[in-house]
Amino acid sequence: MATLEIRDLHVSVEDKEILRGVDLSVKAGETHAIMGPNGSGKSTLAYAIAGHPKYTVTSGEVLLDGESVLDMAVDERARAGLFLAMQYPVEVPGVSVSNFLRTAVTAVRGEAPKLREFSKEMRSAMAELQIDPAFAQRNLNEGFSGGEKKRHEILQLEMLKPKVAVLDETDSGLDIDALKIVSEGVNRFRSGGETGVLLITHYTRILRYVKPDFVHVFAAGRVVEEGGPELAELLENEGYERFTKAGASA
Amino acid sequence: MGLETKQLSTLHEHASYDVADFAVPAGREEEWRFTPLRRLRDLHKGVAAAGKVIVEVSAAPEVTVETVGRDDERVGKAYVPSDRVSAQAYASFAHATVVSVPKEVVATEPTVLTLRGEGGVAYGHTTVVLEPFAQATVVLDHIGSAAYADNVEFVVGDGASLTVFSLQNWAPDAVHLSHQHAKLGRDARFKSFTVSLGGDVVRIAPSVAYDAPGGDAELYGLYFVDGGQHLEHRLLVDHTQPNCRSRVDYRGALQDEDAHAVWIGDVIIRAEAEGTDTYELNRNLVLTDGTRVDSVPNLEILTGEVAGAGHASASGRLDDQHLFYLQARGIPYDTARRMVVRGFLGQLVDKIDVPQLKERVMAAIDEEIDR
Repeated sequence: MATLEIRDLHVSVEDKEILRGVDLSVKAGETHAIMGPNGSGKSTLAYAIAGHPKYTVTSGEVLLDGESVLDMAVDERARAGLFLAMQYPVEVPGVSVSNFLRTAVTAVRGEAPKLREFSKEMRSAMAELQIDPAFAQRNLNEGFSGGEKKRHEILQLEMLKPKVAVLDETDSGLDIDALKIVSEGVNRFRSGGETGVLLITHYTRILRYVKPDFVHVFAAGRVVEEGGPELAELLENEGYERFTKAGASA
Repeated sequence: MGLETKQLSTLHEHASYDVADFAVPAGREEEWRFTPLRRLRDLHKGVAAAGKVIVEVSAAPEVTVETVGRDDERVGKAYVPSDRVSAQAYASFAHATVVSVPKEVVATEPTVLTLRGEGGVAYGHTTVVLEPFAQATVVLDHIGSAAYADNVEFVVGDGASLTVFSLQNWAPDAVHLSHQHAKLGRDARFKSFTVSLGGDVVRIAPSVAYDAPGGDAELYGLYFVDGGQHLEHRLLVDHTQPNCRSRVDYRGALQDEDAHAVWIGDVIIRAEAEGTDTYELNRNLVLTDGTRVDSVPNLEILTGEVAGAGHASASGRLDDQHLFYLQARGIPYDTARRMVVRGFLGQLVDKIDVPQLKERVMAAIDEEIDR
């Protein structure tokens, strides 16, 4: 059973401290929503977990099933079972979606899937997310709309089947139909109860479709309030103003 | 041969069949300043031919390939040398290879000339003539070792269509300086793929001239420069006729100490060339420290009536964001790097519409990437 344990995490970007002591524990079967105003460090947490070189962990720990991931390279973390759905997936010229997916699946599963089985699996996962099969031959994210990019992030999530998924504002920029499709994908991913989800969002909208077990409010680089789904409702009505003040004075 | 000097634009000052009309380059001249003269094995100083480049032919059944003497009337008509080494090659070759495709004949398979260097200095000449409405694909595959200077003429008749591959798969010590000139008739189509991978110094100068309106030229280039290699491409597209089109897209990758890529892209749109549509692009992917790129686009527009004219040049490192994205999906660094480089160059390979050549070029590039 998967557990992601974050202990007193401090992270800097270009010598500026962004995360100032984050503690968080995501167990298998749990969905945690992280909410907070812009600039509170939500995305920094996501990138630090994934190991982006721009983010320097100055102290603290990130453990996946008890094992520290901080010494692992980005690709090792992914193979260990971490997944980051990016807020702004990059376009990679000349690399097709199917080639990319097959290479990633091969790396994560440790062996190349049989071509026929892989194609079938990919087509079926694309169909669930209402992605046109023609996308398989297109260059990765190149010329994709915002919604198409996010659907492809969830396609990768469903095919790579990580232990813990971090979704960085996957809901931003989606219309209501795309939001439902993406949410259904996340719900399929967590339906087995053996995976954990850390869902980072600015808005409560996605939480109507992906029900969280816990809600954490981020401000000024740390968790300032925690609760159940009802906390999201409160934020929906009151906004973040109270926390930005709290964060500033902390 | 008599002196035949004509005024080009400021970019290309003169042309002549006579070696004596060109001074021995010293290295500061605009057209020589990027080229390592010391490594040319004296090709620029009139060294005599003492080696051999053998031409092996595999022709399509509809295509005639002949070895002819210097006096053959088809040779030397389309192109007048525009620098010292080109004039030297013209003065020094013993036999020329002439490839011809009769009027309205469509070649059913590529015609491949394998130019195999067997060591030493050699000079060569190749002329490819497509009569009106003919269609053909011609491959010049350069392999082996030599210090080789040559001129290649492509005469593309009215309504004819020629696709050319010039593959520089030389051994590591080879030196190759080549002018490859295309002369396009009315509504003629010319597409070239210049793929430079092997050799110590390779300097290819593809050029296009339009003889009548409606010509269409696409010049694509791929190169992969390893440590110590000098790979130079100097393009000239001279729009002298109205309503012609040109596209230039050259892409290269460089890795390791003293890998040097040079790309010069000259496009001239003459006063009479109204309705010209042109775009030229050079992109370089720098994979390690210690490499050098000189990329110089020159667009000279002498008319106010163009349909489109643009150029771009960009050289940069592998994008960390690309690598991060692929690695974040579990793909190891080396594989991720390979995918990004292959993707960058592969987009031009995708423009090759001859399946067996597409596979061959991609395989050759893969081999370079994995080296």
